[in-house]
Amino acid sequence: MIRADGVGKRFGEKEVLREVNLQIEKGEIFGLLGPSGAGKTTLIKILTGQLAADCGEVFIAGKDAGRLTGGDRRKIGIMMDSFGVYERFSCYENLKLFAQLFRIPEKEIGDRLKEVGLQDAVKTPAGKLSKGMRSRLQLARVFLQKPELLFLDEPTGGLDPGNAEEIHRLILDKKREGCTIFLTTHNMAEAERLCDSIALLNEGKIVERGMPKEICRKYDRQRKLCIHRYDGVEEELSNGRDGAERLYQLLWEGLAETVHSTEPDLESVFMELTGRKLNL
Amino acid sequence: MREAFVIFRKQVRDTLKNKEILIQFVLLPVLAVIMENAVKVEGMPENYFIKLFSVMFAGMAPLVSMAAILAEEKEKGTLRVLLMSDVSPFSYLLGTGSYVWLLCMAGSAVMAAAAGFRAGQLMAYLSVMGAGLAVSVAAGAALGMFARSQMMATSLVMPVMLVLAFLPMLSAFQETVRKVAGILYTRQMQIFLEDLRFDRMDFKGAAIMVGNLAMVCLLFIIAYKRNGLERE
Repeated sequence: MIRADGVGKRFGEKEVLREVNLQIEKGEIFGLLGPSGAGKTTLIKILTGQLAADCGEVFIAGKDAGRLTGGDRRKIGIMMDSFGVYERFSCYENLKLFAQLFRIPEKEIGDRLKEVGLQDAVKTPAGKLSKGMRSRLQLARVFLQKPELLFLDEPTGGLDPGNAEEIHRLILDKKREGCTIFLTTHNMAEAERLCDSIALLNEGKIVERGMPKEICRKYDRQRKLCIHRYDGVEEELSNGRDGAERLYQLLWEGLAETVHSTEPDLESVFMELTGRKLNL
Repeated sequence: MREAFVIFRKQVRDTLKNKEILIQFVLLPVLAVIMENAVKVEGMPENYFIKLFSVMFAGMAPLVSMAAILAEEKEKGTLRVLLMSDVSPFSYLLGTGSYVWLLCMAGSAVMAAAAGFRAGQLMAYLSVMGAGLAVSVAAGAALGMFARSQMMATSLVMPVMLVLAFLPMLSAFQETVRKVAGILYTRQMQIFLEDLRFDRMDFKGAAIMVGNLAMVCLLFIIAYKRNGLERE
């Protein structure tokens, strides 16, 4: 669905993207993780044809991203941030504008507002909505055009857990409908929960890619099991006969409260690879 | 063309809720009508305040509103959303520009009605206002494109607006100012409005207005090539 080969971009002296290669399959949720300033938004702009790359090629559904037709663009929903709503317009009026642009029947507006849980805020001016509600309004806008491909730039950035959860639900619903989703985030838990595959971006370069669990397993240097016992003691068990016997014993005696592997989370992997924190 | 019409309608709805922009279109025509009716001084030229405020209106309202609309759309990210929704820059500028121009023409019509122009004068008045307003709309669009925020738009527009709106008025008091103001389309509008007769319109005045329009278009092209509708 999306292919990027050797994409690079500079802003003056600053190299924002370096040799970015991506392959995203249809129906997949792909997460681009990186700290602020890593180049995530610039990459989205290049992938969506809003910005030209200095080098490399980008293809969306087999077509050059810079040469997408109006029809192609209508299949692509883009939510860049929590802005992009007309604050003086009500939720309904905001969607009405885009329904007119995309020649979508006005009766669908109510359905989309209901889909994102804004049915009680139909007449509320967008400027009076909370950040979470604005994000949902933005999602309603992109859903209105029935996209086959969604680009979401930090869709839950700055949202409380309740609103973030609601956005996650909407994203997963779209995936179930067959939509391909490209999202950026610096929230590793979000990436682990939502994404089929991810790439870690640091200073414009992809430093790792793959399925979240695979990446974490790849960087599991200790390869141990961590047992937390009911008596409060923690034990670490290695692979091998001794570890297996001890685990068997703990389970047999009913002492093991929890059993975890020692694989790192994405945050730790990113830290190991770049020396930087993801959530910056 | 359809997209431009959608943008036009969007702008109409938005302005009705946006007092800061709405006042730009209403203030000067209303003031002109009040002043024209309230202040009567012996020896004062006919429709003095209407003509004075018409020039100020042409130099201020389209410039401020066009730049403010563009800058706000850029700052709030709505312009980016529109462009991503397959609205071409041309459609956007056509929709917004024609809306600003028409609203300013409506303000001009109010002033013309208050002045009680005869048919020929009315034609001449609306023609010169239409031309002047078009130049100001283009200038406002160019300034709006240079600006990254509403604050920056205000800083850019204010000096240009003061020159365009007030220099013609001040040219009545000083010869040097009059010479300098002579290169401005608003001063040429003022000269033309004094007589309001097509047969009195000189080639030089028309050439200056066309020259101003060409300069504004050049500025617009430079701004567009440099920033597009959105600076990156």
